[in-house]
Amino acid sequence: MGSEKLFPNTWVSRYADYLYNYTIVRVNDHEVAQDLISETFLAGLKSKDNFKGEASERTWLISILKRKIIDHYRKSNSRKGKAEVRMSYSDQDAEGDWLEERVKDPFDKTAEDTMQNEELGLAILGCMDTLNEKQATIFKMKTIDGFDTEAICNEFNITPSNLWVIIHRARKSMADCLETNWF
Amino acid sequence: MKVIIKCEEANHTCDKTQYKEASLWEKIKLNIHLIYCVACRKYTAKNTKLTRAVDKAKPKTLGSQQKAKMEKALRREISK
Repeated sequence: MGSEKLFPNTWVSRYADYLYNYTIVRVNDHEVAQDLISETFLAGLKSKDNFKGEASERTWLISILKRKIIDHYRKSNSRKGKAEVRMSYSDQDAEGDWLEERVKDPFDKTAEDTMQNEELGLAILGCMDTLNEKQATIFKMKTIDGFDTEAICNEFNITPSNLWVIIHRARKSMADCLETNWF
Repeated sequence: MKVIIKCEEANHTCDKTQYKEASLWEKIKLNIHLIYCVACRKYTAKNTKLTRAVDKAKPKTLGSQQKAKMEKALRREISK
């Protein structure tokens, strides 16, 4: 038995964004991603007795989510499989056609770029685990969602200088965390 | 007007710069401070790196409404 424990009460606030970023690049649909994450939390709760405490909470949730994503594709494949149309640009009969489709697009992002950005995004969200809940929420609102200082201050009933202290502490630990885990 | 500022103020301006909320005069004071302060130079470098990382990766967040919905569904199961 490992030493890790589960705290389902904190799952949504701690991991929802992380799981969302993991899912959205894989299913590319906001609604579907949301459903999958919700299902993941519920499935995690149901099978929480199977958690051996060897992996971290987050890793464990991701492993459930992975299965949910695979299931999602299985389901959608069996649904549309019958009406599938296959197109091939390098057909012998259509010689010369569609030439522009075969030319490499220099402005297209490479798969590696996209993949690296995805990992970086997850590293950033993973580092938010080093912040306390209030810091994490405010940092996210300010940095990722781009809320105004004023709007955040009103919502949390704090002064701008309070806000900047929180932001400063958050940025400091985020930078340190990324320094060790990414750069 | 004072041109020389303390590290505390310099860091605060540096944080504000990350969100494009520092005024020109504040930025000038920060840069003068950075000429002679190694610690703040380090912090500014780290801070800028963090901003660039977030800009590059563009992580997304779920809206608070959607989170509340998930939270509700989860709580219902927990209390069962």
